[in-house]
Amino acid sequence: MVFPGSNCDRDALHAARLAGMEAELLWHEDPDLRGSDLVVLPGGFAYGDYLRAGALARFSPVMGALGDHAARGGLVLGICNGFQVLAEAGLVPGALLRNASLRFEHGWVRLFVARHDTPFTRSVPDGAELRLPIAHGDGCYFLPESELDALEARGGVLFRYAHPEGNPNGSARDIAGVLNEQGNVCGLMPHPERASEALLGSDDGMLLFRSLLESAATRLAGMAA
Amino acid sequence: MSLAEPPLHEVGDAPGGGEADLTPEPALHRALGLTDHELEEIRARLGRDPNDLELAMFSVMWSEHCSYKSSRSLLRTLPTAGEGVVAGPGENAGVVRIGDGLAVAFKLESHNHPSAVEPYQGAATGVGGILRDIFTMGARPIAILDALKFGDPADARTRHLVRGVVRGVGGYGNCVGVPTVGGELVFHPSYASNPLVNVMAVGLLDERDLTRAAAPGPGNLAVLFGSTTGRDGIGGASVLASATFGESHSADGAKRPTVQVGDPFAEKLLIEASLELIGERLLEGLQDLGAAGITCATSETADRAGTGIEVDLDAIPRREGGMAPFEVMISESQERMLAIVRPERLEAVLGICRRWGLPAAVVGRVTDDGDVTVVSRQGVGESGTPRELARIPARALTSEAIVYDREARPPTHIRRAPAPGAPELPHDGLPERGMDPGAVLVALLGDPNLCSRAWVTTQYDATVGTDTVEANERAAAVVRIKGSRKALVMATDANARIGLIDPYLGAVTAVAECARNVAVSGARPLGVTNCLNFGDPERPEESWRLQEAVRGLGDACRALGLPVTGGNVSLYNESADGAIAPTTQIGIVGLLDDIEQRVGPAFRAAGDLVALLGETVPGLAGSIYAEHAGTAPDDRPPDVDLTRETALLAFLPEAATRGLLRSAQDVSGGGLAMALAECAMWGDIGADVQVSVASAPAAELFGEGPGRVVVTVAADHWGDLHALALRHELPLRRLGTVGGDRLRITLTGEGATGAAEGRGAGVADEVDESLAVLRHAWQAGLPRALGKAG
Repeated sequence: MVFPGSNCDRDALHAARLAGMEAELLWHEDPDLRGSDLVVLPGGFAYGDYLRAGALARFSPVMGALGDHAARGGLVLGICNGFQVLAEAGLVPGALLRNASLRFEHGWVRLFVARHDTPFTRSVPDGAELRLPIAHGDGCYFLPESELDALEARGGVLFRYAHPEGNPNGSARDIAGVLNEQGNVCGLMPHPERASEALLGSDDGMLLFRSLLESAATRLAGMAA
Repeated sequence: MSLAEPPLHEVGDAPGGGEADLTPEPALHRALGLTDHELEEIRARLGRDPNDLELAMFSVMWSEHCSYKSSRSLLRTLPTAGEGVVAGPGENAGVVRIGDGLAVAFKLESHNHPSAVEPYQGAATGVGGILRDIFTMGARPIAILDALKFGDPADARTRHLVRGVVRGVGGYGNCVGVPTVGGELVFHPSYASNPLVNVMAVGLLDERDLTRAAAPGPGNLAVLFGSTTGRDGIGGASVLASATFGESHSADGAKRPTVQVGDPFAEKLLIEASLELIGERLLEGLQDLGAAGITCATSETADRAGTGIEVDLDAIPRREGGMAPFEVMISESQERMLAIVRPERLEAVLGICRRWGLPAAVVGRVTDDGDVTVVSRQGVGESGTPRELARIPARALTSEAIVYDREARPPTHIRRAPAPGAPELPHDGLPERGMDPGAVLVALLGDPNLCSRAWVTTQYDATVGTDTVEANERAAAVVRIKGSRKALVMATDANARIGLIDPYLGAVTAVAECARNVAVSGARPLGVTNCLNFGDPERPEESWRLQEAVRGLGDACRALGLPVTGGNVSLYNESADGAIAPTTQIGIVGLLDDIEQRVGPAFRAAGDLVALLGETVPGLAGSIYAEHAGTAPDDRPPDVDLTRETALLAFLPEAATRGLLRSAQDVSGGGLAMALAECAMWGDIGADVQVSVASAPAAELFGEGPGRVVVTVAADHWGDLHALALRHELPLRRLGTVGGDRLRITLTGEGATGAAEGRGAGVADEVDESLAVLRHAWQAGLPRALGKAG
């Protein structure tokens, strides 16, 4: 999904194709999703992040179709700015605030994977931590305390920042990525699409893309049966 | 001075103002920064008096920044021809072929003066400007490197500038989605009032997409797209970039409105729209609007094509009302492009701009009269004949602008090196530590000029684009090319400390170091871009420094067989405290044919042999060590042996291709000891080495003599590597072995013993430090120097 100002769109396309997906770029003014099984909202600065990260992109024409897709159980992955857009649109819970350091932070983090029974993580081996890059200024995950308890209780926390690098942005309870209630929409701040080849420092991100490919294939097979 | 003063403001606006009213005020040309002599030259080219609008257009185009009037004759001496060069100086960026139908575009540019006045916007628009130079050529920008120079990091104003500039580079680069992969951060007192912000951008293009910044074909349309035109950046080129800073910073604050304001979101849209327009073959020419705005873009594109352009002033989209014609013509509002379009393709062009949400308008047409003409209907009504406000031959503004051969004279007193025990920077703690080489190494690791740059580089997105293989902290960045085995290796270097003592040698040293930094990874350097940062060329001493640096740049490039493909000159880098140290910033891009054969700097495996290519060159002057410890007054900086450098540039790629190298690291700032420490820290494995010292242990360990590379090699490849070095006539000396978690450097030989006696008892003849200690000193250096916890 390309919003004006998206800048990880081609990176996500590259990773999806590496994973074996048939992938193409959608445009924010498209009336529909061209029958996509999975929609990736990429990183970047949609609409320059003016006003607030993701605040303008949620009003893009395509967001209606995206909401319908999600309501029907279609898969949606929001990465970094894409996570911010999902949060602004209310498709995942929470909000992303300015990093605790008040600076843009680039670096590598380690992610603890809380669940392996989701469409996003089914191919991640038990106990495996993911090494992924981060690059954001507004990645501090926020939700009121009581709602955090509820989120955790329903298994809505999918990724947490792990040691030794730790929590890079002050996120509540080290949360790096969350799921919606239905479990088909995920937003995370780190960039799995950038960890797509060992040459680039890590190919752990491909575990997510391969999980999604399998999930979509399984879902299609189920619908056919 | 102020360009908003009433007389000038009103001239163009005056409805129906007769030609007689346009006669310039006697002193107007001076207020615009033109000399009496230059006014005469303008009269000679026009065959009449210029009117106010024309004078304003001349003033920005004949500014040092746009015309290169003080450096043009020098730059003509540089070698520009080379294998695969498809675009050289004079274009927006140099372009060199890299095979498979691809080419690389790259250029360095300064944004020094704006950054001194308004660091965030100055640096941000510096990034924006150089990126536009790249995609104007038809290349997608794939990397940014930034070379930043500041005064003493302990100084509050320096800290303010560092913070603003770093945030500006990051704020812009992160948003447009081009990774910032490398650069330099240098502190030297001469930059205190005049920081340097030099930004290098690298782009990749399909050769068929190479686009010229020309306006061919009379009858074609000039389409302005991108941001609207406003009052920001009026006179940036002439007021800011071409004059010395005054005594007080508050007075310079008055220049702030001349700094442009950047909008990286608009730039991102501009990149995508421009590349789409080029990819769809819809354009005849494309030029970005930078310094001198529309005046520059129209006159340069017309001059390159031998045509003219008639500008319809009323058609230019504005962001504010009441702008005078001269303001519109010289505004430096950012994120604008001028496209030359065939009339039948106009709709398609406007359609793409609309899709990207970019305002676009036909603002003129190409003519065959060779003139830049400005017309307006203001005051004559919709039906009336447009009034001609200005008519200037395009070449008079550009290729035939005034050129000076400035008087050049060596300074009567050449400053050599700080006297012994008189360090230049106040945060020196060495003398009390004696000459214990371990303590010296730890101090150098924490020196603001040598320590880890993580505090800065973690604020830059280095991995967007999924092509970054090596970034930051390394001598050179490695960016792979998707769909091939190739990679581009890029670095930028300068040596102002040596430049201060000897500008010729400073330039030669920078070229040699930059080329070596690219070659240690196994890449073949393709070409050189540069940014010449100097003081006031109207002073014979500064003119001489510039001349010497250009001579050094040319000599070094010729010797190494490297073409100069482009560059930029920034003069008047002065304040009441004097000129900056002569700074010849070099940028080099190299090609690695097979990414799998790249060589990194980090030690790899226990048991590998450590060896030094090249030999120690005497001379400590200009080194960081000398800055801490002082050196003899008659000491010289180390000379550069260009024959040896040439041999290294051939040897390193060959050794890499044959798989003989486990690691390779250039010896530069902090000397051999520093290079060994970096290899060990980055590889997280120690080494045990012996350094034979003939006479001067400081020069052996901490001297920054060029032509040296620390390599490691698997034991069974030693014979092959040695034979290869012999064939290239390069000395290769075995130093020791990789292993353990300490760096041990034992000094042996006559010099070591003598030095120990000279220092008195109780001082070790060795460096023996744990990697943890080295790493701590290295990592803590910058936050501590800048007074920050994080």
